[in-house]
Amino acid sequence: MQLDARSPSGPLSEKWDRCKMDMRLVNPANKRKYHVLVVGTGLAGASCAASLAELGYNVSTFCYQDSPRRAHSIAAQGGINAAKNYRNDGDSVERLFTDTIKGGDYRSREANVYRLAQVSRNIIDQCVAQGVPFAREYGGQLDNRSFGGAQVSRTFYCRGQTGQQLLLGAYASLNRQIAQGRVKSHPRHEMLDVVLVNGVAKGIIVRDMVTGQIERHSGDAVVLATGGYGPVFYLSTNAKGCNVTATFRAYKRGALFANPCFTQIHPTCIPVTGDYQSKLTLMSESLRNDGRIWVPKSNGARKPDTITESERDYFLERKYPSYGNLAPRDISSRAAKEVCDNGLGVGEGGRGVYLDFADAIKRLGEDAIRERYGNLFDMYAHITGENPYRVPMRIYPAVHYCMGGLWVDYRLMSNLPGLFVLGEANFSDHGANRLGASALMQGLADGYFVAPYTITDYLAGVKPGVGTEGGEFAEAEARVGSHMKRLQDTKGKVSAQVFHRELGKMVWDHCGMARNRAGLEGMLRSIPTLRERFWREVSVPATAGGMNQALEYAGRVADFIDFAEVLATDALTREESCGAHFREEYQTEDGEAKRNDADYSFVSAWGYNGENQAPVLTREALQYEFVKPSVRSYK
Amino acid sequence: MKLHLKVWRQSGPQDKGRFELHTIDGVSSDMSFLEMLDVLNDRLLAQGKSPIAFDHDCREGICGSCSMMINGRAHGPTRGTTCQTYMRNFHDGQTVVIEPWRARAFPVMCDLVVDRSAFDRIQQAGGYVSVNTGGAQDGNCLPVPKDDAERAMDAAQCIGCGACVAACKNASAMLFVAAKVSHLGLLPQGQPERAGRVLAMVAKMDEEGFGNCTNQYECEAVCPKSIPADFIARMNRDHLGSSLIPSE
Repeated sequence: MQLDARSPSGPLSEKWDRCKMDMRLVNPANKRKYHVLVVGTGLAGASCAASLAELGYNVSTFCYQDSPRRAHSIAAQGGINAAKNYRNDGDSVERLFTDTIKGGDYRSREANVYRLAQVSRNIIDQCVAQGVPFAREYGGQLDNRSFGGAQVSRTFYCRGQTGQQLLLGAYASLNRQIAQGRVKSHPRHEMLDVVLVNGVAKGIIVRDMVTGQIERHSGDAVVLATGGYGPVFYLSTNAKGCNVTATFRAYKRGALFANPCFTQIHPTCIPVTGDYQSKLTLMSESLRNDGRIWVPKSNGARKPDTITESERDYFLERKYPSYGNLAPRDISSRAAKEVCDNGLGVGEGGRGVYLDFADAIKRLGEDAIRERYGNLFDMYAHITGENPYRVPMRIYPAVHYCMGGLWVDYRLMSNLPGLFVLGEANFSDHGANRLGASALMQGLADGYFVAPYTITDYLAGVKPGVGTEGGEFAEAEARVGSHMKRLQDTKGKVSAQVFHRELGKMVWDHCGMARNRAGLEGMLRSIPTLRERFWREVSVPATAGGMNQALEYAGRVADFIDFAEVLATDALTREESCGAHFREEYQTEDGEAKRNDADYSFVSAWGYNGENQAPVLTREALQYEFVKPSVRSYK
Repeated sequence: MKLHLKVWRQSGPQDKGRFELHTIDGVSSDMSFLEMLDVLNDRLLAQGKSPIAFDHDCREGICGSCSMMINGRAHGPTRGTTCQTYMRNFHDGQTVVIEPWRARAFPVMCDLVVDRSAFDRIQQAGGYVSVNTGGAQDGNCLPVPKDDAERAMDAAQCIGCGACVAACKNASAMLFVAAKVSHLGLLPQGQPERAGRVLAMVAKMDEEGFGNCTNQYECEAVCPKSIPADFIARMNRDHLGSSLIPSE
């Protein structure tokens, strides 16, 4: 298969404008004849649905939550980047572009990343206009903070709840369109299949999670904005409901899954306490602005306040003097793993490092710290029972974000015509590692400023109107029905959570912060056994219709098990270390990642090849016309 | 520790519902309340029984999904959401009563799951600034005094969980609606539609069957985001002022 990214030609700074000029339009009177299905109502989905409806299209939205406002974008804390240069500190579109390409360790497309940096400025303006209560300076101007992987202050924020406020802004725009009748919202609906008519995406099959009914929905285009697959690791900072089902089932219909092994481990999370633990809580990276990370230089279970300055190792400041505690996420995470592997970790189980605010409190006062991070400190105190104003926080890396996702071209369309993929669900902009405060930027860039143009261009070439009567819909519905019946007929005695936890441990151990051939091969041998046990032993109560949360969950776990094979295959095939993908075989003498541009400067796009068959790899070569890939150094 | 749970079970909206008793042992004080229920559900599934349905998602106190009355208090004994309630706040041998939110406007769907779509409809009635995507002026063209921005943020951080309704003896949604109205009403962007917004949202709130406010402040006491009841007074002022403006 040949993949065409459809990146426009010409100088980098003109590509998006040229592309917009080349795109076709749909006349306002014709727009209302088209219907677009948007699955997922986080930042990407809600902003796309609202923007399309404003243009005049009919839109249906679907989310598994009880309200679009609860999508997991709501949990993003730290902020959103934009190349506004309000600080006069040397920021520009070029700088944000360069930081993002470099942060992604040269595994993303130049044209996409440049466009992201360009539209970042419009996003802030749009959100301000919606009434998002961004933090302000005393003069009433927008405030900024610094974030990892950048030496300028370009991050806009709403206390520690930026994702919440941006999502509420998009949700408000969506509500306005719902009130005007242009959007029909379907909460508590889970997407279980994509319907292709003659190879073109024309509909979806969903389950009404309240009545248990399976429904068919048809549309002239389908948008997946269903987020990442972090919970394949079981423990992650994602919501419990986040899942791979929508994107994985699209993959099974022929959509390519790109770079699944690029999974980001966030350095600042609250450490694990016990087996029963259901999720990990992130403490925003913005804390690294004022907190200093350290471990004792020698082992010993001592209270932190009894360890003197000279006995402390501020390992990020020591190893990366120019970026210090603000080194990118992958580098900071691995550094924490390394000190803990060396037996210097703190807290129960020794998997933790200190994040200490004593200096910042001394310098700025407790009130200033409370104003900046109050809600995060409260959250930490609530979970751990410790007071972080007095005792340093304990943190450890945890799975946080998936750079990988369904393959899309420059116009955010997958290889299946009519199937668009937005936000974390696609692979497009972050390469092998995402910089902090860039996820919100990408979700909203895709939804507000890219997809409305590119979907219009696509629809201009499509005859509107499809029904759900076709054989393809019946076939997809039958497939979904028999899959669910099979789960309910198993009649085992083990909850799906037990298998999920077991899978997660395997993925974390062998495909987490560090990977190697033996571990990945072992994982690929173990998954079929786990799958076989799952389908023999899983317990799913059979209820005639109605709510059945155990059934929803078991279906997602089944997909995670199958998806883990694609993930491990990708990690095994990429024989280099880059960004978040660290293969132990490929490292420098001082333990830094060793990228291999000669052989691996490509996007790995995996295609489904049938049940129990290894996926098939298609490569999209990455061309660097404008930046010269160099060794990432944050020293 | 060992706990005796009295959990509300209801198979669907039409079912009458009843309390079911479960004893659970081996509960660690570091567990969250929902993790304790996960353990119970695993055991129920192992016995081929139907697990307890409850809403939850982010489990970090921000999505607003979780919603349980624990021993008669919305979200349980400590300030914060149900998911941020830890077992260290319970003691060995304690009986814990777990119920769904109780309000006419929040009908029970299954066990501890209620329908809060009335909140969405109130926001659809006017909880937005009418601005289309594209064409917004530069963000810094609209200075917002820091204190106003902070106060707007105090209101805007409402997570829409519905604890305020559940705690109120009148099942009033005044704190929720006041938070929404005040967030936009405090900002310059919200001024053009300010009068219409408060009237429409309050009218919708009444239509959805929420009760009225009788100044008991139970809502403020249980709000996981500590949203102050002052916002209710602010909304009432706004509402009165707006109703005096002649409509076209």
